[in-house]
Amino acid sequence: MGASFLPITVFTVLWGVVGIVCPFFAPKGPNRGIIQVVLMLTAATCWLFWLCAYMAQMNPLIGPRLSNDTLIWIARTWGQPYTV
Amino acid sequence: MGSLFRSEEMTLCQLFLQSEAAYACVSELGELGLVQFRDLNPDVNAFQRKFVNEVRRCDEMERKLRYLEKEIRKDGIPMLEIPGECPEAPQPREMIDLEATFEKLENELREVNQNAEALKRNYLELTELKHILRKTQVFFDEMADPSREEEQVTLLGEEGLMAGGQALKLGFVAGVILRERIPAFERMLWRACRGNVFLRQAEIDTPLEDPSSSDQVYKSVFIIFFQGDQLKTRVKKICEGFRATLYPCPEAPADRREMAMGVMTRIEDLNTVLGQTQDHRHRVLVAAAKNIKNWFVKVRKIKAIYHTLNLFNLDVTQKCLIAECWVPALDMETIQLALRRGTERSGSSVPPILNRMETLEDPPTYNRNNKFTIAFQNLIYAYGVATYREVNPAPYTIITFPFLFAVMFGDLGHGALMAAFGFWMCYKEKPLQAKKIDSEIWNIFFGGRYIILLMGLFSMYTGLIYNDIFSKSLNIFGSSWRNNYNISTLEENKLLQLNPDSWDYLQSPYPFGIDPVWQLAEANKIIFMNAYKMKISIIIGVFHMLFGVCMSLWNHLYFKRRISIYVEFVPQIIFLTVLFFYMVLLMFMKWTFYGATIDHFGSQEEDIVKSSGFCAPSILITFINMMLFKTDENPRTQCDPTMYPGQIGLQKFFVLVALVCVPVMLFGKPYFIMQERKKRALQGQQPLAENAENGTAGGAPVPASHHQEEDISEVFIHQAIHTIEYVLGSISHTASYLRLWALSLAHAQLAEVAWNMLLRKGLKSGGYEGGVFLYVVFAGWAAISVSILVLMEGLSAFLHTLRLHWVEFQSKFYAGEGYLFQPFSFEVILDSAGQGEE
Repeated sequence: MGASFLPITVFTVLWGVVGIVCPFFAPKGPNRGIIQVVLMLTAATCWLFWLCAYMAQMNPLIGPRLSNDTLIWIARTWGQPYTV
Repeated sequence: MGSLFRSEEMTLCQLFLQSEAAYACVSELGELGLVQFRDLNPDVNAFQRKFVNEVRRCDEMERKLRYLEKEIRKDGIPMLEIPGECPEAPQPREMIDLEATFEKLENELREVNQNAEALKRNYLELTELKHILRKTQVFFDEMADPSREEEQVTLLGEEGLMAGGQALKLGFVAGVILRERIPAFERMLWRACRGNVFLRQAEIDTPLEDPSSSDQVYKSVFIIFFQGDQLKTRVKKICEGFRATLYPCPEAPADRREMAMGVMTRIEDLNTVLGQTQDHRHRVLVAAAKNIKNWFVKVRKIKAIYHTLNLFNLDVTQKCLIAECWVPALDMETIQLALRRGTERSGSSVPPILNRMETLEDPPTYNRNNKFTIAFQNLIYAYGVATYREVNPAPYTIITFPFLFAVMFGDLGHGALMAAFGFWMCYKEKPLQAKKIDSEIWNIFFGGRYIILLMGLFSMYTGLIYNDIFSKSLNIFGSSWRNNYNISTLEENKLLQLNPDSWDYLQSPYPFGIDPVWQLAEANKIIFMNAYKMKISIIIGVFHMLFGVCMSLWNHLYFKRRISIYVEFVPQIIFLTVLFFYMVLLMFMKWTFYGATIDHFGSQEEDIVKSSGFCAPSILITFINMMLFKTDENPRTQCDPTMYPGQIGLQKFFVLVALVCVPVMLFGKPYFIMQERKKRALQGQQPLAENAENGTAGGAPVPASHHQEEDISEVFIHQAIHTIEYVLGSISHTASYLRLWALSLAHAQLAEVAWNMLLRKGLKSGGYEGGVFLYVVFAGWAAISVSILVLMEGLSAFLHTLRLHWVEFQSKFYAGEGYLFQPFSFEVILDSAGQGEE
């Protein structure tokens, strides 16, 4: 159940760098403010979008309903789970 | 320099220009393009202004130039345009030179044209005559044919020849007529002369040039034989009526031959003369073509300057012109410098004076955009120009617009196509701009190239998250789902569901985006995706609206509307938070607290059941019940009635808080205004400004004082409308964000249909013919993908995004009641003139 540490850290840090660290290094000039806003909003929207997709699958309430052909193909190509 | 977050500070200035220096100064200002002049003689008729004569002369010059241009176009001579080089506005005295040059050129050209036309007419006549002589020769030869002559004689007999007591003499006329008139002509002749004429005609194979219209026309030679003078006049009249040209044609063969010789030599001579005339014309035009663009620029600049000077007021002493203009406060230095340059150039000794003026008027809105931000700014302007110094939504739109678009358009493949197109336009920006393509549709695309690029890039990102590329998915990180069914179960059941509480699910989600297994789950993919996409639509929407309300705080702070912060912003944000942001929190809670527990499939343990999907509440029902103060009887007795302890109480509190916010929004501001007025009445004086109500920005003077007189009932009505709009709006706007889900669903489904109906069939076909079939099918699929899925769906998603920004986002803070700063700028004037002419 639940989240794993690695992807959450990786993507949060990634977008954190874009949205929080990068604005400090925006080039000086008349457009500095705009570049900062662009970076921050990009990071915020992209992170939120990723987070929602991640959390929606964190605790699945239903599983995918697949046809038996697909399942056989899955068993062949993706392998069997650990316990079997 | 100015940033894009607010429009620039503007000042109204008065400008005193010495008469001699005015022209040069205005010219410098036009090059600069930072000054908007106001019309100081609005009552004066356009024909009674001071420089109307000069404007007229410029008009005349422009007319001549257009004539020249037309002639140059006609000859297909390329007009040189040196990019980046733009001549300065010439001195007023140069105007006379220019006028003289154009006059000379025009006259010369007209003369040449006239001569050429006369020569051509002459040439045409001679050619027609040549053809007549040649063709009629054939007719006469036939007549002279001895065998036919015999026939004729026998047919008519001696008697017939002597019938009228006189020798039968056939007369004839020969001429040339337009070929399409021949049938009518023939019929007319037959009827009018009762069949007593004989018409022979032959087509001229080569088309002849009509000198007046210089069109190529096909003509025919005809010859008419008749008897008697009466018929002759009649035939001639008919010929005239049909615009046929008649030519004298001698009867004797020897004369004809001689005439033909003469005609030939004259044609030769004419040809040489005509060639020389054309050469001359060509030389004149080539010389003009080199300069014509330059001249156009010069004339238009002069005209613009005089037009601007017409807006000025003349001083009583007639020595000085007075102008009023709006200027960006930051550019005062630059403008002073330009004015000084202008004075130096004109050699005047008196420097111009630029005075700041105090005004009660609202200044124009001016945002300093670059080529990247202008596209987004135009999206905002299309809704309304920002009120002076109001928060400008454009900087935020740069990202939120492509993002919301991409939520609806999320597909890696389609996004990549769009991004590639956008990138190509940005990469080839300069050459494409230089081409000046005239198509309106192209210009729309090209103007929005940066928007298209960003929309494409964001669509690629959301496509990755949706794990959707042309309705297929990528398995980059390895799916979290496995098959656990053994072979016999698989064989027996057509459809099987994987269980999240067994090791079918690897117990940690796919790290980036939606698990690829869902794209394969044709049976319940939609159920899963709908639940997910609806939730994110609301989440994104609520964040977007909260952002908009926060912008209004920034506005209130800037305009120092303290009261508005307390009785508008605070209740607004509380209302939105306790209702809709709370709903968003519930969604996150549902995602976190409810789920399957590994190895407890079908378990009846209390804890397990309570946190399982079986007990997960519907957020929508929970929210509705919250608003209605209702607790739903949970039919599932094993489950908790609430998501967390104390939920019912907290929700009741939230709704009450939200309800309390409504009267605060409704009566708060009118109440404070009333208080203020009472206080003032008690003090028995009129304070300078109602700072609390419509505070002043920066050092700008107080806006017009009619606000003070505003009736209190009007304030109430205004506030009521505002409040109702906000309260109802926050509900309907939240629902409105569901369009993100709806369009994204539609897009994904359409893409899937296109794949399944077309490309899949092609991919399934085998063999040699299958390859050919696939080739055809792929073409169809690609065409549909680009035209419907990228273009049409893109357009619809674009429009929905636009609406989400204009209505749902901007209604929270944006008044948009300003008017645009339109500086006097040569660049703009030349651009619009250049477009109008093409």
